[in-house]
Amino acid sequence: MSVLKKLRYLLPGFRRAEELDMQEELRSIAGMAEPGELGNLTLAAERRREVWGWTWLEQWLLDVRHAARTLRHNSMFTVAALLTLAIGIGANAAVFSVINGVLLKPLSYPKPEELVAVRQNAPGAAGLANFVDGLHLSSSQYFTYSEQNRTFQSLGVWIAGNANVTGLAEPEQVRTMLVSNGVLQALDVAPEAGRWFLAGDFIPHGAANPFGGGIPTTVMLSHGYWQRHFGGDRSAVGRTITVDSRPFEIVGVMPEGFRVVNTEADLIVPLAFDRGKVTLAGFAFHGIGRLKPGVTLAQADADLAQLVPVWRDSWTNGHVGDGRIYESWKIAPALRPLKEDVVGNVRDLLWVVMATIGLVMLIACANVTNLMLVRAEVRQQELALRTALGAGRGRIVRALIVESVMLGLMGGVLGVVLCAWGLRLLLAVHPANLPRLNEISIDLRTLVFILALSVVSGLLFGLIPALKYAGPRISLALRSAGRIASVSRERHRARSLLVVAQVALALVLLVSAGLMIRTFQALGTVEPGFTHAEQLQTVRIGIPPSLIPETERVTRVQNEIADKLAAIPGVTSVGFATAMPMDGAEPDWDNIYAEGKVYPDNVIPPLRFFKYVSPDFFHTTGTRIIAGRELTWNEVYGFRPVALISENLARELWGTPAAAVGKRFRRYIGTPWQEVIGVVQDVRENGLQEPAPLTVYWPPLQPALGPFPMNAERAVTFAIRSDRAGTEGFLNQVRQAVWSVNSNLPVAAVRTMQDLYDQSVARTSFTLVMLGIAGAMALALGIVGIYGVISYSVSQRSREIGIRLALGAQQGELKRMFVSHGLVLASIGVAVGLLAAAGLMRLMKSLLFGISPLDPLTYASVPLILALATVLASYLPARRAAAVDPVEALRAE
Amino acid sequence: MLVLKTLVLGPMHGYGIAKAIRTSSSDALDIEFGSLYPALKRLELKGWISAKWETSENNRRMRVYRLTPAGRKQQLQEHSKWNDFVAAVSRVMEPQP
Repeated sequence: MSVLKKLRYLLPGFRRAEELDMQEELRSIAGMAEPGELGNLTLAAERRREVWGWTWLEQWLLDVRHAARTLRHNSMFTVAALLTLAIGIGANAAVFSVINGVLLKPLSYPKPEELVAVRQNAPGAAGLANFVDGLHLSSSQYFTYSEQNRTFQSLGVWIAGNANVTGLAEPEQVRTMLVSNGVLQALDVAPEAGRWFLAGDFIPHGAANPFGGGIPTTVMLSHGYWQRHFGGDRSAVGRTITVDSRPFEIVGVMPEGFRVVNTEADLIVPLAFDRGKVTLAGFAFHGIGRLKPGVTLAQADADLAQLVPVWRDSWTNGHVGDGRIYESWKIAPALRPLKEDVVGNVRDLLWVVMATIGLVMLIACANVTNLMLVRAEVRQQELALRTALGAGRGRIVRALIVESVMLGLMGGVLGVVLCAWGLRLLLAVHPANLPRLNEISIDLRTLVFILALSVVSGLLFGLIPALKYAGPRISLALRSAGRIASVSRERHRARSLLVVAQVALALVLLVSAGLMIRTFQALGTVEPGFTHAEQLQTVRIGIPPSLIPETERVTRVQNEIADKLAAIPGVTSVGFATAMPMDGAEPDWDNIYAEGKVYPDNVIPPLRFFKYVSPDFFHTTGTRIIAGRELTWNEVYGFRPVALISENLARELWGTPAAAVGKRFRRYIGTPWQEVIGVVQDVRENGLQEPAPLTVYWPPLQPALGPFPMNAERAVTFAIRSDRAGTEGFLNQVRQAVWSVNSNLPVAAVRTMQDLYDQSVARTSFTLVMLGIAGAMALALGIVGIYGVISYSVSQRSREIGIRLALGAQQGELKRMFVSHGLVLASIGVAVGLLAAAGLMRLMKSLLFGISPLDPLTYASVPLILALATVLASYLPARRAAAVDPVEALRAE
Repeated sequence: MLVLKTLVLGPMHGYGIAKAIRTSSSDALDIEFGSLYPALKRLELKGWISAKWETSENNRRMRVYRLTPAGRKQQLQEHSKWNDFVAAVSRVMEPQP
């Protein structure tokens, strides 16, 4: 009530009426009283006005207006401060909005906190360390887990793949997502048109693959694919499209932006497992689930853990054996929030970048504080005058802080603009495979962050000068007007401290940038296992069974394509494999039994990464043959039991590469032994920073083995070596060559090996660029800081310099004096910074490669750079000092 | 409190209140007009007293303050609180029999 009444006084009209009222009343009262009886009536009126309560607001407004005026009049100072602040705040805001979008915001599914990634560990499975993300789920595990759990609302498995769509336009290879029953229910995103898959869609039709995968007959479209090929027409639902030469009925369309974890696909296809044919093995699928409300991760873990033995007893691996062999694997579920899967390994990276940019902000604040100090010094007389005229200390502090907070807020406004630009740039660059890029925006939380940052930094750089100069030193200030008084040491201390802090912070940033440069260097010396990546063209071609049913014919067609590609002018060599290094394809794993080794019952030999490669593949990629030789086409078509292995596998099994040639091994008990004909250089399959996996290379055509029919790899990537790789003309020739063999084959995933290589170091190069920018900004700001302090000290001490010169000081000596002053400040900063860096760099460990966080070269060179910069920054003002004319300087007295 | 007490006796204008306080306390409490005048406004904003322009017998326009019901309640409360306080202090101060 009272507040409301008071609020009325914000209205000027109301205030005016009250004022008139009061004046009249006072007049009437004064008329009654004796003169002087009531004391000072003006003061009474003034105090009564305060009761209306908005005087403090008016004073604030006054301060703000005054601050605005002062800032406008000192345009040089204002521009310098604003620019520094805007860049600092803008950079911070941009990085914060990335962190907000990627790490802080909940996933864009309904009730995202219930979603989990169903992962499992198998510490007993030798060789599993090669899996980047634990043991995937097999189809039989899907049945056991999804049907018998007690803690999930729904649980399903999924895997990404490729398929050929024909009959719409040109043959096109599209990205598919195969989902089991339960995946869409768990994610709970309603279709944009049509319906989800129903239980009936998961009933397999026709032939199954060895792991029980059958053929479905329905499909859902992504929003993008629907728009591209059906123009968003709702009648697309119910139509039929040809996928891998089979008819599929479109039953629904998922809305824009729908993705599973980070995978987007054009088509969503049901995983139609054939219950009668699934086996224990086939750990190929990602698991996803939605917990019942209130269930914790630990409860769900325990629930699935008790199902592991149930699973082992419920299924078999056909003739190869029953579940007992998996006891030694010690399979244990390791659920984690789905968000962790989505965010992946960028968490550390983003926080490091945020911390760096935060440091830059601190340096910027230190610089602005310095500017404010200089200005406060200049304004001493004004402030002293105000104090003399009766302004309280509080009032002056307030005025100064209003000024600096206003600067901060103006910087913040400019910062928002810079941040928006920065984000647009960032999205255009699409760095480091950042997940959830489409969810990054300047939202309310970012704006609040910017506001807080502006106000806090305004307070930060306003408080120091305010407290320092608002003190009651009127007489001193008024007297010492101008350059007569000598400058007290004490007044310099604040500025020197700031410079030391700046240098220390800059050193930390430069060290982090230096470590990233060294990391990049270290990566450059790693042999990836292929050469001249920019001359290596890769294209992916899949041949569906419906197009060419005969297995052996598939390999012959691939052979024919390879020959046609090799005939293109400028092509020196062609080969193909199931996947290229670093292309992010789902890896394949097998247990490998070496001949002559004894494997106890119930112990499975280690899992080995494997690929199928054609003859000439290693010659094409430039992978060195260390011992033996490559495969020949005769061996492929003759079904010769041969294979190649990687150097590290050869060393582990047989000691040396040379000793491995001629030795034999196999992948299933009871199948024929395969002979090692060659050992090849290790290949960094998972990126330069990951160790090269122990690898087996099989021929692309496999005879029938035990339960498995004859098999040819139908989806392979061709590697073409040519110095014309990547040019449009060359790609056209590649397409023509492929279509001259079969015109229904789409050419997909057209890249050069260099693209893949760059992608694999994207995280490091992104960090390098970010830290490089931050380091450069820090260095520049640090130099400006030192320059400012020294040149200010030169201008303040010009009288002293004059005396010195008059007394015969040499110019060189004077210069040295100022330069060494700068160097002293810098070396204190360096010492502090080195200590801080040594402590902080440990946090960066996960981003480094091949060097220690205490890399001596970096720690030696960065201080050197800073010292050079300091000499430069203090030499310029020092030269001015030496040029002082003693007569001029002394005349001022 | 003094203002409220004064107004219990009846409506009064600003000058009257100042005089009344001085006389009723036999000049012991000399409240500066500079303090009293803002206080009137404060009480008005709290809703304990109301002010109205009236014309007096000798045809003078003046602003007359009077207690509102809320102000009356407040006065009674403060009065009894004050009495309690005085009683407590005097119990301490009075010489024991």
